[in-house]
Amino acid sequence: MHWHDRLAQGLLFACCAALALFLIGPLLMIFVKSVQDKDGVYVGLVHFREYFATPELQQSIRNTLFVATVVTMVTVPLAFTFAYALTRSCMPGKGTFRVIALTPILAPSLMAAISFIQWFGTQGLLKGLLAGASVYGAIGIILSSIYATFPHALMIVLTSLLLADGRLYEAAEALRTPMLRRFFTITLPGAKYGLVSATMVVFSYTVSDFGIPKVIGGNYNVLAVDIFKQVIGQQNFNKGAVVSLVLLAPVLLAFIVDWFMRRRLQAQFSSRAVPYVPRRSPGFDRAMLVFCSAVSVFMLAVLGMAVYTSFIKLWPYDLSFSLRHYVYGLIDAGVIVDYFNSLKMAFYTALFGTLFIFAMAYLLEKTRGMATLKAAVRLVVTIPMAVPGLVLGLGYIFFFNHPDNPLNGIYGTMAILVLSTVVHYYTSSHMTAVTALKALDDEFESVSASLKVPFYRTFFRVTLPVSLPAVLDIGRYLFVNGMVTISAVVFLYAPDTRPASVAILNMDEAGEIGAAAGMATLIVASSTAVCVLYAIVTRYLLRRTQAWRAAPRP
Amino acid sequence: MKSRTGLRWLVPFLAAAPLAFAATAQAQKTELLVYTALETDQIKAYEDAFTKAHPNIGIKWVRDSTGVITAKLLAEKANPQADLVVGVSASSLAVFENEGMLQPYAPKGLDKISPAYRDPKNPPSWVGMDVYGSAICFNTVEAAKLGLPKPQTWKDLTDPVYKGKIVMPNPASSGTGYLDVAAWIQMWGEAEAWKYMDALHQNIAQYQHSGSKPCRQAGAGEFPIGLTFEYRAVTTKKSGAPIDIIFPTEGLGWDLESSGIMKNTKKLEAARTLMDWLATPQAMELYAKNFAVVAMPGIAKPLDYVPADYEKRLSKNDFAWSAKNRDKILAEWTKRYDAKSEKK
Repeated sequence: MHWHDRLAQGLLFACCAALALFLIGPLLMIFVKSVQDKDGVYVGLVHFREYFATPELQQSIRNTLFVATVVTMVTVPLAFTFAYALTRSCMPGKGTFRVIALTPILAPSLMAAISFIQWFGTQGLLKGLLAGASVYGAIGIILSSIYATFPHALMIVLTSLLLADGRLYEAAEALRTPMLRRFFTITLPGAKYGLVSATMVVFSYTVSDFGIPKVIGGNYNVLAVDIFKQVIGQQNFNKGAVVSLVLLAPVLLAFIVDWFMRRRLQAQFSSRAVPYVPRRSPGFDRAMLVFCSAVSVFMLAVLGMAVYTSFIKLWPYDLSFSLRHYVYGLIDAGVIVDYFNSLKMAFYTALFGTLFIFAMAYLLEKTRGMATLKAAVRLVVTIPMAVPGLVLGLGYIFFFNHPDNPLNGIYGTMAILVLSTVVHYYTSSHMTAVTALKALDDEFESVSASLKVPFYRTFFRVTLPVSLPAVLDIGRYLFVNGMVTISAVVFLYAPDTRPASVAILNMDEAGEIGAAAGMATLIVASSTAVCVLYAIVTRYLLRRTQAWRAAPRP
Repeated sequence: MKSRTGLRWLVPFLAAAPLAFAATAQAQKTELLVYTALETDQIKAYEDAFTKAHPNIGIKWVRDSTGVITAKLLAEKANPQADLVVGVSASSLAVFENEGMLQPYAPKGLDKISPAYRDPKNPPSWVGMDVYGSAICFNTVEAAKLGLPKPQTWKDLTDPVYKGKIVMPNPASSGTGYLDVAAWIQMWGEAEAWKYMDALHQNIAQYQHSGSKPCRQAGAGEFPIGLTFEYRAVTTKKSGAPIDIIFPTEGLGWDLESSGIMKNTKKLEAARTLMDWLATPQAMELYAKNFAVVAMPGIAKPLDYVPADYEKRLSKNDFAWSAKNRDKILAEWTKRYDAKSEKK
């Protein structure tokens, strides 16, 4: 075996060790805690038996599955249609639509829930639209979750649609294949992997998010909130560990589906692929324009209501303009410091997370050997999406605050916040990386190997530049999620590292909706600023590395 | 190749971050790590006064709701971080005491603290600061629209006219919710209290995970009646919300904001200095700005919107009993109301 291969395997091994330490270790502690009593004595399955004997569990499971299924069935087709409009139509304003559609990712999920209460709650402007139904409960959770998951699904589907091979469409055109048939035989199969990933991500996100049901769920119990009640309300860590294990079931299902899909997947993007360029088609373009406008109005209405809420004096009795939520609620209360912590944390998360995740995906997909280990890793990296942040955070405490753990020095530092955030958002970033890498022909690697070019040179010269759009997306995704993440860090922050999102949680819990909306507005504003800066800085790089995609057609 | 030059601008940021941490570390005196559930504005006032009296001791705060702080301390039991707990409910401190996490200490001037507002053992594991008790926020504007009468007692709340109009903190996730439930059981006995809660449950629109939120929701007109504690009721009213504050006549559930030293602290002397200060009349005067009853008799002043005989309205509360029976009560509560909380 060549030393290049050995180096690649060594790196892969090191990456696996890191994953084991920061994902498997803490999760195992959850398993351990689920079979122990408060004092750490082994008690077997007592907690499980007690928990499964309560009727509330069945209700919570049904509720959770119902909500997640509806959200998935609505969000994925919406996101697909939106991505389809962005890549296959010639409607105007594509850039603007794309930006608007990604805005939900800039805001904490709590913000969506707050906003929907303002729109549809007892005092809401659009209360009448619900025809007497209460927004508190399934309706509110579903609406807020659709809003929050939409950009996550869109990112994945968009990546897979962007990588379509224009030659297939040219061939189809030459053969006069009808549009509908082209859609079902070229577009849909090409986007299949992205669609499955998006489905998985949306489903798991909805199942494991606790912010939305906590704020808008009313008495509608879901599993993520059950964990919250067990842990925060009753300090019953052991039972919280049990509920979190119940939540892990969907990810196993998702993995099986993913595994079967992967068997069938062929690389669609050969080294001779040509990017697809859409043609004008007035009727279709107009329909897409209407659809995207409708979605965008929905997005902006949610964001706008949150911003509005932060600037009014007293909802709903005194709607005059006021800065009091910012001045008294944030600056005087000293909460503004948390905002700077978040900026720092999000920056480190984006930097180290992107490096690690993309490198790991590359080693997994494009290097040779160690098939068993790779299969195991592919299972492992799907886990974070289904692990509620609350559970991951608890696992981190159990694991890293253990006196016998040599790494317990990182407890209470910025490092543990960054690590937990990278792990928490690992799956989606990994999917983006893999979707991009999968679409690259393995020929690049085999040619390099036969020319005795080391894999890292191929990586830096070909793979990385070609995948740069996906890499940049991952970096931005991690940054904005670093700005909004709550549940994983709520147990891990120290006095000088408290993030803004935790501050929002506290303020919402205290009912300080105005100040909470104000902080959310600050987060959205700064994430937007960073995204713009990012776009400008990277534009030059993109132009240099992606020029071939826009190559003039023959 | 491009990517390498592209990342070079990051270098100064990476290099600067550890320096910034080092700089803050150097400026330290004795620094106490204090876990607290106090409101942020209170923290500021208390810290300013304390550091003026003891400039050689600094305080770092970890602030969160009572539930989160309690969960955090229990989770860290194997390797505790905090030096002290300040401004956390006595029920939680009683739990820590049972777990052997606290170090008993009799602060100077302990004899001036009312015996009802401290751990009865000697030396005490925890000492109270001030009392917070149940209150009801009642939105007069929405009530007028809906034609709701103003309730005066706990029992009034079971009137079917309030169906779907009341929000209350979930005792399983909120200390404020639990103090109500504990008070009802201690006042009326198990059988009657559960019968009352069965009836009340018929009128509850939502169980919230926080003691403040029901009052804020009442203040915003989402639900006209919210069960809360008096500090939040007063601040909500002062913010301009159209609410009346009701103190049910049967008796009020209550708890103490209290403080204790963690057993493993390596800064015992500084921790004791802070405990001493927390029990001074000077500190009590600061508490009295926000709370109608403080642990040292004779200091409290009347507060806006809080009745003068507030202290007499508090029900009997045995913290040891309340801590010991907490798991049992919450299990029963959850069985009765959580499972069928989604009513159709």
